[in-house]
Amino acid sequence: MRILVVEDDLEAQRYLVNGLKEAGHVVDDAADGETGLTLALSRPYDVAVVDRMLPKMDGLHIVAEMREHGNAIPVLFLSALSEVDDRVKGLKAGGDDYLTKPYAFVELLARIDALMRRRSPQAVKTRLQVGDLELDLLTRTAMRAGSAIDLQPREFRLLEYLMRHASQVVTRTMLLESVWEYHFDPQTNVIDVHISRLRAKIDKGFDTALLHTVRGAGYMIRARA
Amino acid sequence: MMRFNKGGSWPSILRTQAYRIVLVYTILFALSVTALLAFTYWNTKRTLDAQTDQIIEAEITGLSEQYQQLGLRGLAEVVISRSAHGGPGLYLLANAQKQPIVGNLDAWPANMTHPDNFVEFDYQRRVENQLETRRARGRIFALTGGFNLLVAQDVHERYQTEQLFTTTLPWTVGLVLLFGLGGGALMSRNMLARLDSINRTSGEIMAGDLSRRVPIGAAHDEFDALAENLNAMLDRIERLMKGVREVTDSVAHDLRTPLNRLRNRLEATLRHLDPASDETAQIESAVAETDQLITTFNALLLIAEADAGVARGEMAPIDLAAVAADISELYAPLAEEKDVGLQISPSGTTMIDANRSLISQALANLVDNAIKYTPSGGKVTVTASDTPLGVELAVADTGPGIEAVERARVVERFVRLEASRNSPGTGLGLSLVAAVARLHEAKLMLEDNAPGLRAIIRFPRHPPRPR
Repeated sequence: MRILVVEDDLEAQRYLVNGLKEAGHVVDDAADGETGLTLALSRPYDVAVVDRMLPKMDGLHIVAEMREHGNAIPVLFLSALSEVDDRVKGLKAGGDDYLTKPYAFVELLARIDALMRRRSPQAVKTRLQVGDLELDLLTRTAMRAGSAIDLQPREFRLLEYLMRHASQVVTRTMLLESVWEYHFDPQTNVIDVHISRLRAKIDKGFDTALLHTVRGAGYMIRARA
Repeated sequence: MMRFNKGGSWPSILRTQAYRIVLVYTILFALSVTALLAFTYWNTKRTLDAQTDQIIEAEITGLSEQYQQLGLRGLAEVVISRSAHGGPGLYLLANAQKQPIVGNLDAWPANMTHPDNFVEFDYQRRVENQLETRRARGRIFALTGGFNLLVAQDVHERYQTEQLFTTTLPWTVGLVLLFGLGGGALMSRNMLARLDSINRTSGEIMAGDLSRRVPIGAAHDEFDALAENLNAMLDRIERLMKGVREVTDSVAHDLRTPLNRLRNRLEATLRHLDPASDETAQIESAVAETDQLITTFNALLLIAEADAGVARGEMAPIDLAAVAADISELYAPLAEEKDVGLQISPSGTTMIDANRSLISQALANLVDNAIKYTPSGGKVTVTASDTPLGVELAVADTGPGIEAVERARVVERFVRLEASRNSPGTGLGLSLVAAVARLHEAKLMLEDNAPGLRAIIRFPRHPPRPR
């Protein structure tokens, strides 16, 4: 995957670029807004990671210009600004996701994967399947190996999000944002408890576990271990 | 507490300070006008009466000399001749039965009995063929043999003036009161309108719109001077607030950038280490410490922002009951795992204007704390209710509670009670809740739940206006 990184803090940029390269991505970088915009408009990228505060042209402006030119690639904003309304401003300007510095690299990577997945054209799915676990989005029912699993509405949404991102790392923050629509860190990790309940419902009594904990990152649902 | 006067309705005008002042002054003025007029009236009457009495005394002296020299007959002749003059002098010589003998009065006045006093009486006089009732003032001069001589002066002019005085006085006072109170009301209305515009502007500013200014009139009066001063003050406050925002932004930027690098380096190191090695465990705990630092820093920043009123961007109508239900749902498994009963008291829709994210976070902090401190088998109750005192969001637990003396302290930054030192947390949870409450003009109250703690966020009945 080709990723554009626009970040003026050179050390942060180096870590970001190295990390993404190690994860198997092709990365271009720019240290100011104008260069970033030129690159974004001249080469095909799958995702752009853009810092909010940049010399020459700020992040919001770049994305606004990109959208103006019909460039629709997913943009992930990075921001060291204080959070409360900046997230809204970022998303209004055309950003697709927003991450406040300092962030965990795994968080960034997981979000980039999610953005790419969102981009690849998908037929409107009515069923999701991972191994022998099936989710019917129309009847809102779940089955594993042919037997029905009784899920609460929120558990269904949680499982749906995980299955839409099957074989991808999903972080706790991503779950909190997408399934609960909260943009803050609860003091206690409540997500873990929700996951363990869900795990009890879908994996208990089966030989192969589908819902895995990814150490230091989050969770992943996948068919094979 | 904000108070908006609804511009210029009459009951509110009558309650104004300006109107009270006008009322007091008008009444004092009316009283002094009355006193002044009454004194003038009394003094004038006294002086005029004294003059009349002097004339009458002089006449009586003259007549008594005539009487001594000429006797009753002579006196009668003098009376007849004086009566013929047609001037203000009035005379009547009467016998013991008060039957007139001679004089220019037709009858003896009924109230004329005692010989030594000056008495006023009405008499009839023919003026141009018409009988006219006029006022006179006179005294009896007692003669020997039961005869009486009444000597009087016509005081009708004075009497008419006097009448004019007494009929005019109530009108004058009435008009003084009418103009005074009416003018006062208009003045107060005008003042109230000016004050209202200042109150409205300050209300809007308190609700977060710092760009508002008090309108300045063209009169250059003291209100305009006040408005100009207020505006200058507001300019300064706005500059300071902008400064706070810039400082928080740059502190955020300046601290987050190195924290970001620190975390990046730790993570990069981690990626190249054998996951089973000792170093990995060390670095992982360093990452965890960094994350704790970041959490504390974010909470502090949020409190600073909330206190500076800069985090207001997303105010929108939200249903507190829905927020309570959502947060309870989020925490339900955690409570269940700890064997703590988490329940929400049923309530209707309770709408307020608020920032959903901040309110959710505040409630999450309260519920988190409640579950954390409630022992197994205990109960945590979340309530959103519309009370006469305001819209309330409350979390009650059956844990150990907080001593009354400690309750005010735990809201302060970084204060953690001894009992909780060892449990994870930033020590900012409650101060964040308090900051969120302040941002919404709400109040965080900690009460005894007997047993346990009851934390209440009470929102004012009139929510801050959305920007």
